[in-house]
Amino acid sequence: MKKNNLKGWLYLLPALLFLGAFMVYPLIDVLIYSIEEGYNSASQTFFGYGLYNYSYVLHDPYFLQAINNTFILVAITVPISTGFALLISLALNSIQKLKDFFQTVYFLPYVTNTLAVGLVFMILFKKTPYSEGLVNLLISWFGGRSVDFIDGPYWAKMFVLCFYTIWVVLPFKVLILTSALASVNQDYYKVAKLDATPRWRVFTRITLPMISPMIFYLVITGFIGAFKAYSDAVALFGTDLNGAGMNTIVGYVYDMLYGNSGGYPSYASAAALILFAIVLTITCINLMVSHDNVQY
Amino acid sequence: MKVVLKDLTKIFPSRNKKEKQGVTAVDHFNIEIPDGKLVGLLGPSGCGKSTALNLISGLETPTEGKIFFGDVDVTDLPPENRGVGLVFQNYALYPHMTVRQNIMFPLENLKGDAKLSKEQMEERVQQAADLVQIGTLMERKPAEMSGGQQQRVAIARAIVKYPDVLLLDEPLSNLDARLRLQTREEIRRIQRETGITTIFVTHDQEEAMSISDFIIVMRSGRIHQVGKPQNVYDDPVDLFVATFLGTPQINVFEGEVKDEKLFIGDAEILDVKGARNGKVWACIRPEGFIPDPKGPLVCHLNGVEVMGRDSSVVATHPADTAIIRAIVSSESEIDKALDTVSFSLKPYKVHLFDRETEERIRFDY
Repeated sequence: MKKNNLKGWLYLLPALLFLGAFMVYPLIDVLIYSIEEGYNSASQTFFGYGLYNYSYVLHDPYFLQAINNTFILVAITVPISTGFALLISLALNSIQKLKDFFQTVYFLPYVTNTLAVGLVFMILFKKTPYSEGLVNLLISWFGGRSVDFIDGPYWAKMFVLCFYTIWVVLPFKVLILTSALASVNQDYYKVAKLDATPRWRVFTRITLPMISPMIFYLVITGFIGAFKAYSDAVALFGTDLNGAGMNTIVGYVYDMLYGNSGGYPSYASAAALILFAIVLTITCINLMVSHDNVQY
Repeated sequence: MKVVLKDLTKIFPSRNKKEKQGVTAVDHFNIEIPDGKLVGLLGPSGCGKSTALNLISGLETPTEGKIFFGDVDVTDLPPENRGVGLVFQNYALYPHMTVRQNIMFPLENLKGDAKLSKEQMEERVQQAADLVQIGTLMERKPAEMSGGQQQRVAIARAIVKYPDVLLLDEPLSNLDARLRLQTREEIRRIQRETGITTIFVTHDQEEAMSISDFIIVMRSGRIHQVGKPQNVYDDPVDLFVATFLGTPQINVFEGEVKDEKLFIGDAEILDVKGARNGKVWACIRPEGFIPDPKGPLVCHLNGVEVMGRDSSVVATHPADTAIIRAIVSSESEIDKALDTVSFSLKPYKVHLFDRETEERIRFDY
């Protein structure tokens, strides 16, 4: 028995080594960095331990801006993208003709490169000396005033970022929800039909509860994904996100490490751990809510 | 409510586009199911019996033919207006609702004049639950109940609206053997108490025979025979019905009729007055054998299985390779040491069918 145990550990060893080297060690390292005050990456020295790094980060206007941006992004994109995905999946599920075609169309963004998509969005939204951008063209057609979505007012930039994020995350959600809808046993709908159940009631009392585990899965992963947003903002606004006022928390961490103002692993670590705390809290709340609502 | 099917036909279009002819699941059904009876729709898998049920419920629309409930033509009526209750094979209970919510669900959909107050609904739900004896499990979820209990909930949900016709699709196939016996009695009792015309689909002939007032035996979309279980068993119209009903199965021999005498191999077995000459399938029910040392049917004895109340004699006949099973009284003396066993036959347990058409050939005895 004991020998067997040893064998088991031996088999686990490669995975454990890998996880230890690339997951556990960095996590501990980040924690240590974050409490080393006045760390100098050139000389690898520091003054002592404390919470100053956290205090610095929390008072840094760029970080506060990043937090603000991230929360707006999360609050807008998660509900809207999940809702849209649900509507699209329901529509996809109810059509017969061209179903495969539309499914492919809706899935295309998922396999398209983020930066390439960002470029397309630039063409759509960016104002240059030579062109107004396609969207502005449309706006002026309808008699509105053109807006610079990439270098213009904050709300316009945030609109583009949210729009872009929703567009990028939608395909995966549509995929998950269409398969969830398709896996609901058709007999439930037959029973409901025999009982003359109105369509809306079928949706709220049968369809929605049946796919609720998947919806909550999407909401939770959606929250986590949106909190970790970074590449989307870079694709649209370039690498100087602080300058554009569109930085996200992960962007702030990156800038603190490698950006123009970089070289501060302690601040980056503190910011990363703050993000970790936020995501953990939100996920716990999500799980608590879903536990009360997902009934089976 | 009386249910009448007139020339009812359902043809499913072929998936293969090159093949123009579709699959005929139900082929010109003509039948009248009397009010308040329990009817078993019996046939092998894939014979179209579930399709027939779906046509009656309205979930499928017929290609041809009419369906009447009483004197009303319901062929073009949507399922919700037909007043049918349907119990699915897998019960299809809503897993996220309690028993009470499941049973109440159909009532909450009622509109207009039929709309019920909360108290009336509660009363109806309790009434239905008590009828199927699950009144104490009202707050459970389906996953917390046994298969038999789920079955009862499904029946309660189907009858809570007081349907005119209750349809059960393979109601017992998801239950274990012991529960199956118990539940089929339950179904019989519930049907008697409510008096609802009930049609149930099954591939298990024992199930159909044991509780039905009538059975409808069908194969490949066609009705072969309709009648009281015992009558159909005793008097099958063709080879299929004869072989489909009864356990152990009826014994089938290749035989021949010459001069009103039945021959199996070279042995003359039975006088068959009025039967025409020709090759036949000679079918003998297991209980139709009488051990008789002087009997005409001489078989090779393979063994005797003792089952207490009676014994099962396993034998083979030289003219045929198939195994014969004869059920004889356990008191009958069979010398197990011998190689052969001889039987005389009960003539009313012997059925002859034409070798080609498989139609019944009748004879006097």
